[in-house]
Amino acid sequence: MTQLILFDVFNGLIIGAFYALMALGLSLILNLTGVINFAHGGFLAVGAYLAFTLTPYIGFWGGLIVAPVLTALLGLAVERGLIRPLYGRDPLYSLLLTFGLAFMLEDGTRYIWGPATLPFAIPDWLASPLSSQFFFLTGYRVFMVLLVVAAVIGLFLILNRTRLGMRIRAGTLDLETVSVLGVNTRILRNLNFGLGIYLAGLAGVLAAGMLGLQPTIGSDLIMPSFVAIIIGGLGSLPGTLIGGLLIGVASGLTTVWYPSASEAVIYVMMALILLVRPRGLLGEEGRF
Amino acid sequence: MRMNPSKSTIGRRTVLRAAAGAGFLQVASPFVVTARAADVIKIGLDDPLTGTYAELGKNEQIGCQLAVNQINAKGGILGRKVELLTEDSTSTDTGVAVQKAHELIDRDKVNLLLGNVNSAMALALGEVSNQAGVLHIVTGGHTDAVTGTDCHWNVFRVCNTTRMETNSVSKTLFTKFGKKWYFITPDYAFGHTLQQGFEASLKKFGGTEVGASLTPLGTTDFSSYLIKAQAANPDVIIVLEAGQDAVNCLKQAVQFGLNKKFHIAGAQQELEVLEGLPPEARIGTWVFEWYWVQPKVPHVKQFVAEIRKVNGGKVPTARHWFGYASVWTCALVANEEKTLDAVKLAKALENFVLPPEIALMPYKTFYRAGDHQLMPTLYVGHAVEKGPVPEDLFHVDELVQGVDAALPVAETGCHLKWPS
Amino acid sequence: MQRLRAGKVSLDVTVWVLLVSMPFWLNWIGGYTSLGSRVLVMALAATALNFLLGFTGVLSFGHAAYFGLGVYGVGLTIKYLIPNTLAGIAVGVVAGTLAAAVIGALIVRLRGIYFAMVTIAFGQVFYFIAYRWNSVTGGDDGLAGFHRLPIATPLGVFDILHSDIAFYYFVLAGFAVSVAIMAALLRSPFGRTLLAIRENERRARFLGIPVDRHIWLSWLISCLFVSLAGAFYALLNNFADPHDLRWDQSGDFVIMAVLGGMRSFWGPLIGAAIFVVLQDYVSSRTENWMSFIGLFFVLIVLFFPRGVLGMFRRRASP
Repeated sequence: MTQLILFDVFNGLIIGAFYALMALGLSLILNLTGVINFAHGGFLAVGAYLAFTLTPYIGFWGGLIVAPVLTALLGLAVERGLIRPLYGRDPLYSLLLTFGLAFMLEDGTRYIWGPATLPFAIPDWLASPLSSQFFFLTGYRVFMVLLVVAAVIGLFLILNRTRLGMRIRAGTLDLETVSVLGVNTRILRNLNFGLGIYLAGLAGVLAAGMLGLQPTIGSDLIMPSFVAIIIGGLGSLPGTLIGGLLIGVASGLTTVWYPSASEAVIYVMMALILLVRPRGLLGEEGRF
Repeated sequence: MRMNPSKSTIGRRTVLRAAAGAGFLQVASPFVVTARAADVIKIGLDDPLTGTYAELGKNEQIGCQLAVNQINAKGGILGRKVELLTEDSTSTDTGVAVQKAHELIDRDKVNLLLGNVNSAMALALGEVSNQAGVLHIVTGGHTDAVTGTDCHWNVFRVCNTTRMETNSVSKTLFTKFGKKWYFITPDYAFGHTLQQGFEASLKKFGGTEVGASLTPLGTTDFSSYLIKAQAANPDVIIVLEAGQDAVNCLKQAVQFGLNKKFHIAGAQQELEVLEGLPPEARIGTWVFEWYWVQPKVPHVKQFVAEIRKVNGGKVPTARHWFGYASVWTCALVANEEKTLDAVKLAKALENFVLPPEIALMPYKTFYRAGDHQLMPTLYVGHAVEKGPVPEDLFHVDELVQGVDAALPVAETGCHLKWPS
Repeated sequence: MQRLRAGKVSLDVTVWVLLVSMPFWLNWIGGYTSLGSRVLVMALAATALNFLLGFTGVLSFGHAAYFGLGVYGVGLTIKYLIPNTLAGIAVGVVAGTLAAAVIGALIVRLRGIYFAMVTIAFGQVFYFIAYRWNSVTGGDDGLAGFHRLPIATPLGVFDILHSDIAFYYFVLAGFAVSVAIMAALLRSPFGRTLLAIRENERRARFLGIPVDRHIWLSWLISCLFVSLAGAFYALLNNFADPHDLRWDQSGDFVIMAVLGGMRSFWGPLIGAAIFVVLQDYVSSRTENWMSFIGLFFVLIVLFFPRGVLGMFRRRASP
């Protein structure tokens, strides 16, 4: 039994890392601009499908590098055309617009690539377990965790060591002052959105290796991402990271005793946090 | 800075309103019902074309349309042309499925109703068709209740019950692979009844259930369930997942190397799933409800060729055949009875045998009288990474007659009430 | 002011004339009566939601939970307890309202996105119960085997089962009563207080208004009518489905309210009509209806953020 629990905790961390990646992109966008991006799952799907199309030509690694970049470019275009007019308005509108956008992305991927589930293969040497004891530690899952760690470190470096990152952090606290100080907030928000979408695209490529590739691949992942953000605390990226890991572990542990509740447990957690400590684990008081 | 912001705003608004008005007229005018030729026979298909079941619904539609074309080439039904009206039921919103059924029956006045892939929708549509007294053939919803506790006089089903599927393969699993089974079951009626079916078999053969995991629908990560399965040390891991869940589960099971330690098997499997898996994940022992490689059965090759023409060159799956057989059933029985009266057709369909060029199966294929369930052939076999020809991903080991695998009518819980 | 009043009255009259005569002109333009009933049910749900959203300023994304309690309340009552339509509706409404009262008391302290997310959380828990407790609810297969029953009145039997038109008028009657009550409440001092809370909560609090209590009451009223809508929905489909409790069903109600115009009373009705009819029409024409509907939402948000009715209101407001 303890072995089972340990396995599940360990495994939950792996899955949690994936949720965290998805949620980080969402959180990045939400913190700076207050936009609730319901289309995040759609962008994940686009990233996955682009990787599928590119992989035969430039290999899995090529797809991994290029697909998220292309998805980010799409994100930049979407921000410029559709999201920008919504700043300053009630967040409800961004929610609705991105909801419509999510529809379009899902239908678009179905139109281009068809409704059939497409077989996405990962490199053979990644696809097998690292040890027969810890059989669930496949090379791919370890690679995924490493990639998420790399992405988080990369994000941390961008936010703390670059001018862009500094501006994003400042803008998250007070965008108006940042604008007054001469920073072009339009470009700032645009790049921030692109960065968030890059993470979604990256999550998409990773997801395609683990899950079946279908137009709806992103739509089941969007709610857990929001839950991770709320549990970790709105406005806090480290909080989102922890939130993602927590829901992964909670979900995994629940399968030991009450598997069918493994999806519902994250909502129970969210309800508890909201009733007891609404700002989340690491969130700031009074935000939103 | 614009000098006259209000002026340009009003200008833009007027333009937008005019556009909206023009757009509305454009949309509204085709709304006026175009007089349909009164002597066209309409068959309504209420199936998912979007969402997670989109692929399956689409394939059923393609099969239906092929049948309609063939029927029209042969003179139609009762000398009248046949038209297939398809409505998207969506994959999850039963309210829409019911609404579309009303649209087909009340507004479009279809003579026959077909659908749905989703079991809940199949049941809900059965209520609608029963209220309206329209002949209804369920193409792809497997829950036993459709021809069991919730059966209706006007509802027939082409695809198998879950009990038929488990009974056809359980003996093979028991004798060839072992007595200790672990279940990974999707948490809805389809999964539950599959598990119950297998449990009944286990009891009969004297095997043991070493454990079971209920997985929520739409689970993306099966690792914790697979971990549990491995810890229970079974002989066979029975994967009862379907569709996307099956793809995810099998993909992950193979990545964990579980197929090397245990035998992986289940009941229902579909070509759509095998095609969606990477080659190394195409493993396991399963039951297919129809398969395209049947060298000894006549007419199958023609059907495959015909479907390839309208399916982007791809071979037909069981879903195509469900749609095809459903439509042809309607045409055959209507032409034979020379009527469109639902009660007469329903009575005639009891014990109705499908001719070989429609059945496309080796044994006698007929609708059972007591529960309106089609008794087809079930194809027990194993998935293969690559077959002799591309798209041949399943090797048939054994053929089981549906009528042998099915529960006797008395045990299905079906009591048909005919209108007086 | 006179013009404003006259404009509003004529809108009310137009709406009621159209609704009462719907079965007659709907078929002519290619609709069908049960589509009209569906529009009414959704309109009731969206109007109920808008009581909270547009008039109190509080966003709920979990209304489907109480909608669903109405759905299952009716279904379970008719199937297992009393085969009586009105009794079933009563049970559904009571169930939804009680749950809302309890949960409302817990969550009323929260605001904004936190309130919205906690309503989602509770909604998802109810959804989970609906599909897990399958011995009672039928689980994911849904609850079948029940249907609306003709109502015996002193004037004769009102056959809402076999007559779509009879059922439509039945729902219209329910809609009319609900809408009248909600409108009356909004016109009352209580309603004015809600508007004050919407406009500036802090100021309302400074004026001594018990804000939390008012929000709880608004929530309660909103959920009561949404559960009534749920009850009608179950009767419309003769089916109860766990998906009726999912967050995307809640999302649909919000969309309808915003689409038609959150700030106006008839906005949600217009929004529901457009949402239901447009989706029905477009999905009949093309498989790619999701792209068109999605594009439609995007355009509405970008160009008509005040919703369809907001487009006309611009002129009217001084």
